[in-house]
Order: sequence, then structure tokens, then C-alpha cells
Amino acid sequence: MPRLSFANALEAAMAEEMRRDERVYTMATAPSASLAQEFGEVRVRRMPISEATMTGIAVGSAGCGFRPVVNWRSVTFSFMAFDQVVNQACKIRYMFGGQRDFPIVFRTNYANGSRSAAQHSQTGYALYAHLVGLKVILPSGAADAKGLLKSAIRDNNPVVCFEPGRIDPFEEDVPDGDQLVPIGVATVKRAGTDVTIVALGYMVHLALAAAEALASEGVSVEVIDPRTLVPLDVDAIRASVRKTGRLIVVDESPPTCSMAAEIAAVAAEDWPTCRALKAPIQRICTAAVPIPYSPPLEDFVLPDQARIEAAIRAAVAS
Amino acid sequence: MTAADFSDEGGCVDAGRRATDEAHLGNHQTGAQLDPARSVELLRQMVLIRRFDELAMELRLADKIHGVVHPYVGQEAIAVGVCANLRVTDRIVSNHRGHGHCIAKGADVNRMMAELFGRRDGYCKGKGGSMHIADFDVGMLGANGIVGAGLPITAGAGLAAQMEGGDNVAVGFFGDGATGEGPFHESLNIASLWKLPVVWVCENNQYAVDTPVAGGLAARNVADLAAGYGMPGVIVDGNDVLAVYAAAREAVERARAGGGPTLLECKTWRRHQHALRDTIAPDRRPADQIAAWAARDPIDLFERHVTARGIMNADQIADLRASLEQDLADAVQFAEDSPFPAPEEALDDVFAR
Repeated sequence: MPRLSFANALEAAMAEEMRRDERVYTMATAPSASLAQEFGEVRVRRMPISEATMTGIAVGSAGCGFRPVVNWRSVTFSFMAFDQVVNQACKIRYMFGGQRDFPIVFRTNYANGSRSAAQHSQTGYALYAHLVGLKVILPSGAADAKGLLKSAIRDNNPVVCFEPGRIDPFEEDVPDGDQLVPIGVATVKRAGTDVTIVALGYMVHLALAAAEALASEGVSVEVIDPRTLVPLDVDAIRASVRKTGRLIVVDESPPTCSMAAEIAAVAAEDWPTCRALKAPIQRICTAAVPIPYSPPLEDFVLPDQARIEAAIRAAVAS
Repeated sequence: MTAADFSDEGGCVDAGRRATDEAHLGNHQTGAQLDPARSVELLRQMVLIRRFDELAMELRLADKIHGVVHPYVGQEAIAVGVCANLRVTDRIVSNHRGHGHCIAKGADVNRMMAELFGRRDGYCKGKGGSMHIADFDVGMLGANGIVGAGLPITAGAGLAAQMEGGDNVAVGFFGDGATGEGPFHESLNIASLWKLPVVWVCENNQYAVDTPVAGGLAARNVADLAAGYGMPGVIVDGNDVLAVYAAAREAVERARAGGGPTLLECKTWRRHQHALRDTIAPDRRPADQIAAWAARDPIDLFERHVTARGIMNADQIADLRASLEQDLADAVQFAEDSPFPAPEEALDDVFAR
């Protein structure tokens, strides 16, 4: 089993899927040199900085039978293409009565904690999850990244792949060969009995560290990584909360209409799950401010391990 | 005042490329080499589009159909003249004013009408309505309710054609208003950069909703912008179907031969209001402009041409019109006979299985 960084696992998924299906091609403003070398500039297309048209080209060519993978590079830049996502990619299949499928993958990095200030620091995935007509995946490790991206490229729908920038260098053992991770299935990253933490992206790693720290205090924490935001594995989340009776959601996004809000709602609105709660649901989110530049300011507004540990202690104290 | 006079004052029509009389139309015909049967077919399509949209307006005012209708009346020569150069395997992308493009590309008026009625046999099973009719099987990749949004999708269809390796082309229809959108720039740039087999067809009907072209575009002509992208820009009399046909033929042939995109600007006039819901709004455009363009109706001009050339006589034109009326009556019957979708069908078609 090779050890790959998160970024290299995504690259491996691209290469394998492009070898497997010649209809797969990719567009990026900064295309991968190794992909370009293997597949040539027709299938690995260097784009001008034209996110809207890159996105629309994907829609148009997908409707003609191709399977484009668009790399927006950063979610920050994806907003230049928002009409092509919101009004075109999301709706085109439905509003034309299902005449054609639109198999498109939109890859996008996002980053907090990189001292890049407001415009280059945001998650954005809740905006995309809110839209109807997209699937949204959010891997937190190299193995899931490879398997989920491969599934996304084979999916016949538009899929947005969110890639947490802080995880790019993290290495992990990645299964060799054609290993798919199904879209819509959560994974239990650590089993536990007292508290459920549902964490997203890089927050999974903070949650695991907090869980490990609390284990020495005799608290057993279960950490769930949904891996897919749309469709959300509601059953896995509810099953864990019914077992532990306590739910903490960690999402490095501002709280209003966030995935944290959605995850809290799917737990609370289900009576058997709600009845199992022994403590209020807690959301650990980013403060509702644009992300500031200066390190003490940025660190103050983002979730960290200390806040997660405090939330766990508060939950078990209830 | 004539349209030509207006154009000279308003900068909207290139005097050198105008067709204002039958003699001029005849010149275009010589260039276009249209045989009589082809001429009859062009007239048939133009009248069908005209009457389809006039009927759609009546049906909307009578509350038989819903939402909004953007009538194509007055612009028929453009869809028909362009699509006469296309094969079923070529693809077009339309805008909000899309009924004419559908018909010219070969869509079935029964299923179009059923879609306007919101019925199960409509092209989109009642999910799209007037602004979202598509027929992928004839290469009509859809009307689009967002101004300028069809241009990137057209570029995508052009890239698909290029990557498929044949000689199919993609045609993007859009209005003068779309030139104000950023994706207009992006798409023309990329199409030229990659020499995509695309024909950009700007239907300059002089007003973006109620903003005159000169109030929204710094360039004198849309076609003038083409030079900056390194592609030919051609101004065409959009009310002269033979002029449109000839200019589009050249652009389509260039695209098929690998010569890249062309920007065709078809100067025309929207007869009715931008969008119709339940009332006819007063027309606030200048009366002399309205009158000048009314004197140059594309169907009147072409009927005069086919009669002058002896291709059809008045009786034959009347027969053609009567048979199209029957087709449209049948389309309405087809639509009314089609059931509404079951309410829960609203939940289908979001995702592929």
C-alpha cells in the first residue's frame, strides 16, 4: 500500500480515471504537469482565468457526452462562476426533463489558517450543499480523497470535490488500484460511547486529537467523518448519537445555515435520536467574521483543539 | 423615416449591408444559390415560428399557458437563415427567446406546445416551460433564462465537437444585451484561442429589455468587437433571411474547416415587448423606429421575394399559411390532450440514477 500525500492521492485518482475513460478531460488555470505529460494538452487543458466559461464549457461538453473535471483551484475563485453552477449545472438536467446527464466534477481547494486573510480563507461548501442538483464530497485524508474522487468522476451528476488545503501535505496509506469510496457513506474515524463528534475536513484531525486527549480522562469519544455532504449519511450520524446521547459538530465555517446547522437538525428532528440526547447539541464553528490576517486574530476565530476539548467536557458534565 | 434613416442616425444598421428592397434580396439569392424547394422551406419555417409565437402570446393572455413568454416575432429570419446551414449533428444553444431556434433546428411543435401547457408530453415533461425548451436529439441544447449564460455552454459544445474529431459545429444565439455580460468576453476569447468550431450569432434587436444598444455598449457595432478576439465580425441584415443564410453559410463552412469562430451580428427588431406575462405593455420605443422596422418585416420581405421570383404565388402562400395554422391547431390539441404530470413527478430528474 503506497503512502501518499492528500494532494498526490487526488492526482493518482485523476490519472487512473483518465486512463480508464477517454471521455474524461480536465480544465485548470494551473494544470498538473504530470497529467499534462501523460495525457497531452487536449485532455489536460490550460485555461485562461475565466472561471465562468470554464464551468460553462464543462456543462456544454458534458451534455455532449464528455466527462469534464474542472479545477477551480480555490473555492474563492469559484464564485466568479456562480451562475454557471447555480443556474446551469445544478438545474440543466431537471429543467430539461432529464434528457441528458451532466457528469461533471468541480474540484476546489479551500483553506483557513493559512494567514491569507478574508478573500482567500473560507470553506464555501455549505453554499454548494444548499444548492439542489449537486453532490458534494469533502474527504479528510488521502485514501478517502482518492476513492471519493474516483467515484465522483464516474458519477453521472455534477459533483463538487472540496479539498481542505491544510491537509494537502498529510500522508496516509492509500490502497493500490481501483478502490472506490462510495459517495454518501460516512466513516467512523474513532469508535466511542460517550460523545459523538461529527467533524468536517481538517476538523476531523482536530477532533481525533481532542478525543485522544480526553481518553486519558476516561471519556470515550466517537468521531464521525461524513466524507460526503450531499447526500449526507443521516443514518450513520443518528445511529451514533443514539448510542452516545451527545453530539458536537465541528465545522470551520460560520454557523448560520452551515453544515453544522444541518447536521444538528438531522439529529434533533428525529424523535428516537432526539429522545436519546443527554446534553444539548453543540456546534463549534468559525466566528461570524471575515477571516482576519494577523495570526492571533485568525487563531481566535477558528475552531481549535482546546474548544473541542472544552465542548466534550461540557457535554459529559450535563 | 425608414430603417435605413434610423440606422444612420442611431448607428444600428450598417448601410453597406442592408437589404431594403426586393432587388437587393435578389442579389443575396444569387449568392446563396437557393433552389425553389429550399426557399419554400425557409418561408414555411419563418411563418411557423411567427404564428407559433403569436399563438403563444394569445394563449398566455388567455391564461392557457403560464409564466412568461419572450416572443421571437420579427426575428425569424435569423434562426431560420442560420439553421438552414446546420445538420442534425450540429448543436445550438439558445437564450430566453428560444422558440424560433427550436423550430428552426427541427424540434416538434407538438411537444413544444405541450411544454408550454405544462404537460407530461412536453419536451421537459412540464418542468421547463417556455424559457427552458430543449431537444438534445436534434442538437438543440436548450433555451436559457440567464442573459449571456449560453455562451460558455456553446463553447463547451464547440469543444465537444472539436474533441470528437468530426466537422460538426456549435452555434450560440444571444441578444445584444448579452454583450454586457463577462462570459461574452471569456467565451469569445477562448473560442478564438482554441479555434473552436463555433458561430456566435448576436441577434441585435436594438434593445436590451428597454435599454437601447447605444446606452449599453461602447462599441458602435457588436461585430466590431470581433477584431479584438482575432475572429471575423460580420454585420448582417437580420431581417433578410437570404443575407443571414449566406453569411451563416460562410461562417459555418469556416468552422467546419477548422478556421475557428465567427461573430455574426444580425441587426433586427423585436416586434413585441421583451417579455409577456398577462398584459400587453405600452411600447415605449420611438414611433418612427417602430414604423421603419415594421416596413421591413422579414416575412413580408421574403414573401415578396418568392413571389417576384415566381417560386410561389399568392394562392400557394395562402395554402402554406393555412396548412401551418392546421399544424398549430393540432399542436394545441396535442397539448390539451396530454395529461398534467402527477404532482410527485416534481421529485424526479434532479439526479441521474
